[in-house]
Amino acid sequence: MQSALTAKALSCRRGDRWLFEALDLSLDAGEALYLTGPNGAGKTSLMRMLAGLLRPSPTLQGMMGTIAWSGSVAMLDERPALDMALPLGEALAFWRDIDGAQDVPFERLGIAPLLDVPVRYLSTGQKKRAALARMMGQGARNWLLDEPLNGLDVAGVALIEELVAEHCARGGTAIVTSHQPIRLPGARQLDIGTQAL
Amino acid sequence: MSQPLLAILRRDVSRLLRGSQHGAWGSGIALPILFFLAVAIIFPFAIGPDPRLLGRVGGGVIWVAALLAAILPLDRLVEPDIEAGFFDQWALRGIAEEGLIAIRILAHWLSFAPALMLAALPAGALLGLGGDGLRMVELGLLAGTPGLAALGVMVAAITAGLKGGAALAGLLVIPLAVPILIFGAGALASGGASGIALCGAASLVLVALAPFAGAGAVRAGR
Repeated sequence: MQSALTAKALSCRRGDRWLFEALDLSLDAGEALYLTGPNGAGKTSLMRMLAGLLRPSPTLQGMMGTIAWSGSVAMLDERPALDMALPLGEALAFWRDIDGAQDVPFERLGIAPLLDVPVRYLSTGQKKRAALARMMGQGARNWLLDEPLNGLDVAGVALIEELVAEHCARGGTAIVTSHQPIRLPGARQLDIGTQAL
Repeated sequence: MSQPLLAILRRDVSRLLRGSQHGAWGSGIALPILFFLAVAIIFPFAIGPDPRLLGRVGGGVIWVAALLAAILPLDRLVEPDIEAGFFDQWALRGIAEEGLIAIRILAHWLSFAPALMLAALPAGALLGLGGDGLRMVELGLLAGTPGLAALGVMVAAITAGLKGGAALAGLLVIPLAVPILIFGAGALASGGASGIALCGAASLVLVALAPFAGAGAVRAGR
């Protein structure tokens, strides 16, 4: 199997507290990883580190962690990164201009009737679906989903489960954190709470 | 310029000109420009209608008003896009922060400098500036506003996410804008092009430095 992610010796230090130390992580193409752990365990920090937004802290031995992805990375977190004042269609069109045209199933995401509505009028769950459309529009091979179920209804949860499964079936990878139960068939599970120093 | 950067420039200009509420074109910049004109209007009331006195200090007043007007929009230059996650998403796509900040400086300049130079015409008339004085003010603004735009975006990036960042940004901008002000307004007194040239030089230094300082601030704030 082709390796999609190889991360070695990742550490994260916040103040004088180690969230995790010397964490090794690897993902093959088509694999999903379910990241669990209590609040404050460092799930979001690990996600941002894997996204390249946060630099790994040097370990006590002075070792720096390394992260190598094959293929592009997309991230979905609690911020939709869509212009609140713009109609949803235009807000998504901005990202389409950057990412290039991709097939995004607006109907399936349930936002097809909302494309004329300004983003700020959307509910929490609708914003989440819109952010999902933005993320899928990136056409990235690797998905980082940080609490993707927040604010979603039952149908939305099922939709995310299906989309992740299809994405992995096409050879993509997904790393998912969630406090709500999510069914990810065949996914590996990593409890980050056990990695604390 | 590549397609993504053009799209980002278009969005930046539109956001700055139309405001975060996506109102009519110009509504985003209307407030600073009206503020600029208001300062020019109340000044003769404060020091009296002596045309000689007004003509002598008028150019300096326009410069100070321009500087204050450039400070007004600072809090919405960078911070809203960091909060909404735009900078993170751009980083994921491998778009360097330096480029983003440079684009934002260009967009900020496009959104306020032409309007300011246009508003300087009635302001100059109100303050009794002659044709020569007005020409020097306009030339000085042309040379100095890129620097003010760069300074504004850089300081906005540095203070993004701080409590009371907007007030702090104003305090940081004023001393750093002093060279531009000295040479730009100084050209009025000497009447020579050398002041304009030095103002342009100070402006260019800021334009060259600001993308790197701003990008560093955005990354450090993550």
